[in-house]
Amino acid sequence: MRDSSSEPTMPELMYREALNQALAEEMERDANVFLIGEEVGRYNGAFKVSQGLLDKFGSARIIDAPISELGFTGLSVGAAAVGLRPVVEMMTWNFAILAMDQIVNNAAKLRHMSGGQLRCPIVFRGPGGAGGRLSSQHSQSLEANYAHFPGLKVIAPATPADAKGMLKSAIRDENPVIMFEGERLYALKGEVPEGEHIVPLGKADVKREGTDVTLITWSRMYYFCMEAAEALAKEGISVEVLDLRTLRPLDEEAILASVRKTNRAVICEEGWALAGIGASVVDLIQSQAFDDLDAPVVRVTGLDVNMSYAANLENATQPDAPKIIAAVKKVLYREGA
Amino acid sequence: MASAYSKDLLLTMYRKMYLLRRFEERAGQQYTLGKIAGFCHLYIGQEAVAVGCNEAIRPDDYMLSAYRDHGQPLARGSDAGMIMAELFGRGTGYSKGKGGSMHIFDIEHHFYGGYGIVGGQIPLAAGMAFAARYRNEDRVTVCFFGDAAANQGAFHETFNMAQKWKLPVIYICENNRYGMGTAIARTSAVPEIHKRASAYGMRGEAVDGMDVLKMYEAVKDAAEYCRAGKGPVLMEANTYRFRGHSMADPANYRSKQEVEDERRNDPIPKLREFAMKQGFGLSDADFESIEEEEKRAVDAAVKFADESPEPSVDELWRDTIVEPGEEDVRPRERVLGVKVTNWPKYPSGQELKVTWDLEPRAEAEQADKKAGLSR
Ligand SMILES: Cc1ncc(C[n+]2csc(CCOP(=O)(O)OP(=O)(O)O)c2C)c(N)n1
Repeated sequence: MRDSSSEPTMPELMYREALNQALAEEMERDANVFLIGEEVGRYNGAFKVSQGLLDKFGSARIIDAPISELGFTGLSVGAAAVGLRPVVEMMTWNFAILAMDQIVNNAAKLRHMSGGQLRCPIVFRGPGGAGGRLSSQHSQSLEANYAHFPGLKVIAPATPADAKGMLKSAIRDENPVIMFEGERLYALKGEVPEGEHIVPLGKADVKREGTDVTLITWSRMYYFCMEAAEALAKEGISVEVLDLRTLRPLDEEAILASVRKTNRAVICEEGWALAGIGASVVDLIQSQAFDDLDAPVVRVTGLDVNMSYAANLENATQPDAPKIIAAVKKVLYREGA
Repeated sequence: MASAYSKDLLLTMYRKMYLLRRFEERAGQQYTLGKIAGFCHLYIGQEAVAVGCNEAIRPDDYMLSAYRDHGQPLARGSDAGMIMAELFGRGTGYSKGKGGSMHIFDIEHHFYGGYGIVGGQIPLAAGMAFAARYRNEDRVTVCFFGDAAANQGAFHETFNMAQKWKLPVIYICENNRYGMGTAIARTSAVPEIHKRASAYGMRGEAVDGMDVLKMYEAVKDAAEYCRAGKGPVLMEANTYRFRGHSMADPANYRSKQEVEDERRNDPIPKLREFAMKQGFGLSDADFESIEEEEKRAVDAAVKFADESPEPSVDELWRDTIVEPGEEDVRPRERVLGVKVTNWPKYPSGQELKVTWDLEPRAEAEQADKKAGLSR
């Protein structure tokens, strides 16, 4: 229950409701926008992101696709090539691996191959990441795969407000946008501005100001970073938390500005270490801000193993606040690291 | 006896088939001279398929193809010089030299590209057909692919959706009997590709792809069927490529005899013979003058390509991401200064009313009832 003071408050929405709102608003605004995916219509979405949209927009715009990831992804790319603005829901990014050819070989390259004649305004979105003991085929953080490709934009909002604002931007963007949502974030609540709330793509966000070390992260790991930052604050360590939000293009300015301020950095990502996004962030920092560093940059990543079903193994595989705290202490040359 | 075809149509088809043939012969020659690199898949022998099809559809119908993609845009009316320049890797090519032989795009003539992944364009075509229905446009999409592409998952996934959603798309399988060096019968459980349509309850038919008039009739009929909202068509055009899979392929897997036999089936002299008998008073000289004109056009295309500059190196950084406010490229305007008037403009979201019901509610509820479900 809210108190009845005159202070205007923003409504609290779940992450999935924020996405739903963004979809509904954009479909209202532009009839070229349609949503397609498995179970998005009559079932209201595997994760209930599209709740109620079929009733509002009808079956030509909220489209229940067969289990044909490559097929309906390619169909949507074709529709985008001639001017529609599809939003393709992947039941999870694990299954989108079957559609990767269409995303990578067609969506990302249409403009290039046509020498600028075509554009491909399309959003591919769905949950990524681990949690919930689903074992290796359902627990992958595949952001790095897509961030590798020129021609794609890759985003991964952590909060409900960012989820809404970035999905709206993604739908309006003239390029293919890959949106990673957190499977574990859908039920998470946060304040979300009503109506026209736009968060630009390509802009990172300092979610917590600090002076001793910069924690660079995105999506679900953001919450572990905040938890770690709160705990460290009690020990007198001031942590800045930079939420990248967009992984391609990287907001290089924001990363460098923060590192130049704190002189130390820890990068936390859920995905694997080898050829991960954090590796590129390290490269950026060491090539552009080496003289500002007081310690080597440290990465906290998912372990380079496949995900297990057993609860203890699953937990051990992923980053968490204690691991982040240890990493921060290491770059600060503190005890225990 | 009056001909079932106009003189104009027959001569246009002859002209275009001859242009395609001549263009490809010169392309092959330029490849051996080292002017063209990469993969270069020639269309020689298959001309009747593209030309018969193009004359049977409307200029603003969508068309797309695989990597054997010089013939279809030429049939559509694309500029031969700009295609040749693309093969040469010059900045004056349709894709500014970024696409090469396998990726010809000419949006002005509604040719939506050549694609290098076998079967990868099949779902895209369904998407264009989907867009046409979504916007209530009376347009069909034609998608060319090879026989080997019919074994890709994309083929099956797409046909299921295209038929379920009654999309106005004509899939033309150019069955030239080989996927690279492998005869289709060696890799296909059902080598008669058109029969596979029946698995999706879809219309499938075989056509003599060495006969331009048979292609023309078949595509005309299929287009009408699509425009009437009856759904997609799978057309298997039985054809033959006289040359190797690509310029890098000497085609040793086929016997000399087989190729010789097929060459006797050449669609170009066949049309000429037919046209001569139609009572238009056409003579050899009429055809020879067409051939002369097209030869000169192809010579000019080669000259244009050869004299064109390479793309500037800063082009590397363009055409990957659309920057805010960036215009799309109208290649003929950019290269030849020809005013482009038929550049596609799609309705903005406000103008567009979506009236199509992909899965009518009553139908869906019926299906649920049948399955013993309630919503
Ligand atoms: C997915 C994929 N696998 C393999 C290849 C290599 N490849 C290029 S063309 C070709 C043969 C395809 O034959 P077909 O589809 O019958 O077309 P045709 O060349 O006869 O016109 C192959 C195997 C490719 N380009 N893409």
